[in-house]
Amino acid sequence: MTDQAPAIELRGISKAFGPVQANKDISIRVMPGTIHGIIGENGAGKSTLMSILYGFYKADAGEVFIAGKKTEIPDSQAAINAGIGMVFQHFKLVQNFTVLENVILGAEEGRLLRPSLSKARGALKKLAEEYELSVDPDALVQDLSVGHQQRVEILKALYRQADILILDEPTGVLTPAEADHLFRILDNLRAEGKTIILITHKLREIMEITDTVSVMRRGEMTATVKTAETSPEALAELMVGRKVLLRVDKAPARPGAKLLEIENLRLTDETGVQRLRGISLDLRAGEVLGIAGVAGNGQSELLEVLGGYGTATGIVRVNGVEIPLSGTGCTGQARRAAGIGHVPEDRHHDGLILPYTAWENACFGYHRDPAFQKGILMNNAAIREDAKGKMERFDVRPPNPNLAARNFSGGNQQKIVLAREIEHNPDILLIGQPTRGVDIGAIEFIHQQIIRLRNQGKAILLVSVELDEIFSLSDRIAVMFDGQIMGFRDAAQTDQRELGLMMAGITQDPGGDPLAAIDATLAAKEAREAAQHG
Amino acid sequence: MDKMPAWADAVLVPLISLILAALLSALVIVAIGESPIEALKLMVEGALMRSTGWGYTLYYATNFIFTGLAVSVAFHAGLFNIGGEGQATLGGLGVALVCLYLPWPHWSLALIGASLGAAVFGALWALIPAYFQAKRGSHIVITTIMFNFIAAALLNYVLVNLLKPVGTMDPASALFPPATHLPTFQEMFSSPESPLFRGAPANISFFLALIACVVVWLLIWRTRLGYEIRALGHSESAARYAGISPVRIIIVTMLISGALSGLMAVNTTMGESERLLMNATEGAGFIGIAVALMGRNHPLGVLLAAILFGFLYQGGAELALWTNIPRELIVVIQALVILFTGALDNMVRIPLEKLFLAMRRGNT
Repeated sequence: MTDQAPAIELRGISKAFGPVQANKDISIRVMPGTIHGIIGENGAGKSTLMSILYGFYKADAGEVFIAGKKTEIPDSQAAINAGIGMVFQHFKLVQNFTVLENVILGAEEGRLLRPSLSKARGALKKLAEEYELSVDPDALVQDLSVGHQQRVEILKALYRQADILILDEPTGVLTPAEADHLFRILDNLRAEGKTIILITHKLREIMEITDTVSVMRRGEMTATVKTAETSPEALAELMVGRKVLLRVDKAPARPGAKLLEIENLRLTDETGVQRLRGISLDLRAGEVLGIAGVAGNGQSELLEVLGGYGTATGIVRVNGVEIPLSGTGCTGQARRAAGIGHVPEDRHHDGLILPYTAWENACFGYHRDPAFQKGILMNNAAIREDAKGKMERFDVRPPNPNLAARNFSGGNQQKIVLAREIEHNPDILLIGQPTRGVDIGAIEFIHQQIIRLRNQGKAILLVSVELDEIFSLSDRIAVMFDGQIMGFRDAAQTDQRELGLMMAGITQDPGGDPLAAIDATLAAKEAREAAQHG
Repeated sequence: MDKMPAWADAVLVPLISLILAALLSALVIVAIGESPIEALKLMVEGALMRSTGWGYTLYYATNFIFTGLAVSVAFHAGLFNIGGEGQATLGGLGVALVCLYLPWPHWSLALIGASLGAAVFGALWALIPAYFQAKRGSHIVITTIMFNFIAAALLNYVLVNLLKPVGTMDPASALFPPATHLPTFQEMFSSPESPLFRGAPANISFFLALIACVVVWLLIWRTRLGYEIRALGHSESAARYAGISPVRIIIVTMLISGALSGLMAVNTTMGESERLLMNATEGAGFIGIAVALMGRNHPLGVLLAAILFGFLYQGGAELALWTNIPRELIVVIQALVILFTGALDNMVRIPLEKLFLAMRRGNT
């Protein structure tokens, strides 16, 4: 194998955006017939590198060799011609086209569609058998589950004769079972001699499927190692540049009084689709209740309702007192007064005002606090002082309260939000995706803060799409699927497989390969939404 | 992390844009066979070299400060209020009613009363579009511009049918009583030995405009309301997360914006014409958009931009008076200024950012 030319070789790739050096002198060799992982934190330059390879950006310097031949990739058409296929994190499919129509889009032969379509139908059938990539060619993409849409993306690339497949964070939107299936497809592709580049920030996936792994940090390629010869700890250290704890140490929970009771919570969105379908749960002091689930199954709506900026029906009691779920008493302000803190899922759109300075953000939502007022004006000096303290205690870097929030890294932005919510000493803390887009070093810190809060006797409702995170923080786990809670499990007495099935709406283990059952429940969900929508 | 220093963004970009607009205007003047140097000389002399010229420049500037501030305040909440014309028109009606039908012992009290009248009428005229935007999602750009036409028609009706004194042909109200006469700059700053601002319409409301600048600055950057207005302008979902009611902020902001537009009428209707006229706003509501754009929605920027546009207005009048350059050309020049400082902002900004970046690289 060593005498073979690499499928892709990059030499000295550099790319700067203004003052930001996104890629610095990157060289990498990807051998044919292997799965090559590229791992790195957000902003490490992975996506930029792949965008250069796919012709979206032009590198400032460096060369690309495909199968040993120097290749210019000025646009994505050139990349496709060179045999590169890309599966983006956000799919690029036409929602109201069929699978077949999507597959030939941009690869039509001639002015008439029919010959292309029938040719594609045959090719698709062959690909489906070869790689376990079955999708109904006549289904509309909008009716497919996310996992199937991803398969369409892969089929699109293969239909264009791609020998090299790049997948950007492919498992972010999949249930664990769907992710397993994706990995089986990748395995098959590898066996057929295809070359795969897998971009991810999940160490587990790298260890599970790749042959070789390259680590990126701050625009540089810090190491390329054989996966068999490394460990998650070693990779994490290469990503962050220092030793990190991947496990959270915590004592057993000592749950106290019920702080939050939810009964039969229902929400129908403006398009008529039911997003919450009778959620009931209790949350006790001193425990972390993790809500697992694939994104888009009602978790966001649950947080919004509890945070006071979504209206719903049902009963929610805080410390035994019922709180209004619509009308004038249903505001973020009222929730904060009731003792609910909220770290929202999307810090860019909800948790922070990006052009605001750190100090303006550090009081956001609590800006009516009398301590922050001076007559009819705001006491900016006091707010700034307060922010400075919060930033020091939560290790926000740089500790400059006058810097705009957008100039902080994801991890430090999250620390600002967390500091603001935690320091107001809520009884109940809602946390959505606490470590999305957050660097590993900050993840460690954020997890410690959550556990510290729980040990102080606060009640914590954690929503995360990362099962690892749910497992390492939660005392109890509830799984949400299609606006319902599929069940509660004790974190110590469940496993990835059981939760994975529940995340796909299956509470009884069907045994064997669960994919057929998963497809059925997901299809039922899509059908319900489509029916309500219409 | 920022691409260029703040001063360059605030000063250099508009300045270069302005120079570009001036150069292009010069070409236009050459094209119609006049000398741009002469034209500039005339404009500067007419608008800035004599106190009377300043008296006109600052009179126009007063209008633009109010309408510019009105646009700015709304813009901070993410609202594009282009209904300044209509709100100022109604402000004029408020001023006229206060001055005509209430007995005022002294101009200072009348000024307070008329300001309140102007602000309330302007604010109420903005309230209707604001309500539709906040509650029904009707886009404020559409509704405010439609309300400009309604305001003009309403004023027409009120003047012709209700306020016009019997026996006159002019669609205008009666003259306001002498006690409501506002001190002009001439009366305030002239002495028999050194006559200043002779005949110029600038009056005490210029200082009202300066006060408005300070108040708006305090409002936007120092009060809780301003904090909430800006938060809503940046992200509505974040505002809702923080317990800020978008409905309340939209309505309150538009009330303030409408009140500022309305206040413009104190200058024109009370300070200058001393009776309510048709078309007293003279397009100042629209110039306010350009002023806010150029002034980067900051009161200081609005003040400077308003003075620039006041200069263009007065200088343009001088040009039309002394040369064959038609008065319409000044509209062309204004349009070029708006084009370069507003629409083509990035044309200047991006090369400038690159330049600063290159300089920084060179230094390190």
